[in-house]
Amino acid sequence: MTTTSTPRRSRLHRKEHRAALAFVAAPVIGFLIFVGYPLVFSVFTSFTKWNGLGEPIPNGIDNFIEMAGDRYFWQSLGNTVYYMIGIPIGLVLSLLLALALNRKMRGTTFFRTVYYVPVVSSLAAVAILWQWAYNGDFGLVNQVLAIFGIEGPNWLQNAATAKPAIIIMAVWKGLGYSMLLYLAALQSVPGHLYEAASLDGAGAWAKFRHITVPMLSPVTFFLVVTNIIGGAQIFIEINIMTPTGGPEFSTASIVWYIWQKAFNYLQMGYATAMALVLGVLVFIVTAIQFRLNRRFQFAID
Amino acid sequence: MSHTLSSQAPAALGTVVDEETGKRLLPRRRRSRGTLGAQRLPRSYRITNVILTIVLSIGGVAMIAPLLWTFSTSLKTREAVFALPPQWIPHPVVWENYIRVWSAAPLASGILNSVIVSASVTILGTVASMLAAFAFAKLRLPFKNVLFLVLLAAIMIPFPTIMIPQFSMFAAAGMVDTLWPLILPGIFGNIVMVFFIRQYLATVPDSIIEAAKIDGAGYLRIFFTLIFPVIRPAIAAQFILWFMAVWNDYLGPIIYLNSPEKQTLQLVIASLNMTYASQTDYPLIMAGSFIALIPVLVVFAIFQKQIIESVALTGAKG
Repeated sequence: MTTTSTPRRSRLHRKEHRAALAFVAAPVIGFLIFVGYPLVFSVFTSFTKWNGLGEPIPNGIDNFIEMAGDRYFWQSLGNTVYYMIGIPIGLVLSLLLALALNRKMRGTTFFRTVYYVPVVSSLAAVAILWQWAYNGDFGLVNQVLAIFGIEGPNWLQNAATAKPAIIIMAVWKGLGYSMLLYLAALQSVPGHLYEAASLDGAGAWAKFRHITVPMLSPVTFFLVVTNIIGGAQIFIEINIMTPTGGPEFSTASIVWYIWQKAFNYLQMGYATAMALVLGVLVFIVTAIQFRLNRRFQFAID
Repeated sequence: MSHTLSSQAPAALGTVVDEETGKRLLPRRRRSRGTLGAQRLPRSYRITNVILTIVLSIGGVAMIAPLLWTFSTSLKTREAVFALPPQWIPHPVVWENYIRVWSAAPLASGILNSVIVSASVTILGTVASMLAAFAFAKLRLPFKNVLFLVLLAAIMIPFPTIMIPQFSMFAAAGMVDTLWPLILPGIFGNIVMVFFIRQYLATVPDSIIEAAKIDGAGYLRIFFTLIFPVIRPAIAAQFILWFMAVWNDYLGPIIYLNSPEKQTLQLVIASLNMTYASQTDYPLIMAGSFIALIPVLVVFAIFQKQIIESVALTGAKG
């Protein structure tokens, strides 16, 4: 029996391996050509002087030395970090929204849709309309402020208000997404946890603090990680709303600066080096978060 | 395309979709809403609801107002834009901007290009993704989990980090200023989609497939007769999300496309904005932007339930 079935099974297995290999081939080939190879190439190019047309000329760590002394590099990196102030603001607001929409109340489905509309809207169109809304004299924002007797600034032309203006827009755009994830998580918190806490005499705040927040922590972790990775790559808003990098370079993000250097000044070697640094930074920050998260969950257990 | 891939990508990071909670999500809500009328809620609860409804309404206005303002501006004359006090309802209402905008910018070719890119990427890419997901979930292949993890980890790589070498690849192939650099990377599949379909397939018992294998059915036939009907809802939801992401993409197109008639819709409206802002022709810009918003808003209105459910599923880990 075994002598006949073993060859048959291995032949079947081989056939299955071939089919499986064929099915996974497309993403693997796509990864090798469009991610793997460019990644290796970008490590190599980082150590060269290259205008994108001719051959890259090796120049050691010159690009990284230049970067260390490049005021614009540091400023655009600083701006990018500054934009991340919007992340905790957005998370708190979306959690409050989700808590409200999780109640037994009429109109929750309607509100859920309304708050989600900016998420699906194209960012390019949204950036254009917010640019217009931030117009100092005739924009929507200042007209609303005028109702309350506040004279608003010319938001995007002012180094002090340009970054907050972009943060407000980004929070507006992303609120619905985080809200939806929190809402889904809230609905999956088992009701008996709250019932047990009530029996123990826990108040609403205690229940929120000791049941809701810990139960939502996986979603919070997920949102923080994805928002930081996405926030590190902020570009479209900057490119459309402040095409020149803003007053006194105050809005330029790191990706905007990389793009500018690579495709307007054709300093491809230097731009690749900066892009590599960005990639490494994103990786480090993400790795740290995963480590912290593990310890944090450990603490809860 | 790998750009969309990396911008969508985070969705899969560290997420394990809990099928059970995901499924329970909506029925539970529906049930609770059913009891709303019958069950008398405490008075303080109802008062809080009233206050919250008012607060949520104000917030809702803030969410929608910029979009309405866009529409309102697009119906104004150039002079009416600068009227003080501002006109919330345009007077006179002029539809002319919606005619002018088609000749002011290559809007029609922009829409066509966006349709070509989004449709080819998502249709071909979905076929590639679902077959890969099937193999990763149900077929035997040495090291398949290692392979899958490598692909999944790759979505952490920011697109800007690889965009310059990618650009030089396509430049060497003579594909700059064509739609190919936007289409080619996408048709090999989207690892986020693979992830979700693979997750979804975990609920399909292996025994069905084993039985079909013993019967000697081909793997493609197994996929299309047994697997595809089961995962169709998951595919539909992921397909819509991916389509909208490609449709809204901007960094990829801005790198590769130069000539106006080659640009996708997002680039067309961005350059319309650049050109006409200096002439303060805001109604024209707003008409263009509003036209660019309409397709996604229509798709959202139609597939609202699927979109919201699948996004909710993304974070459902409990």
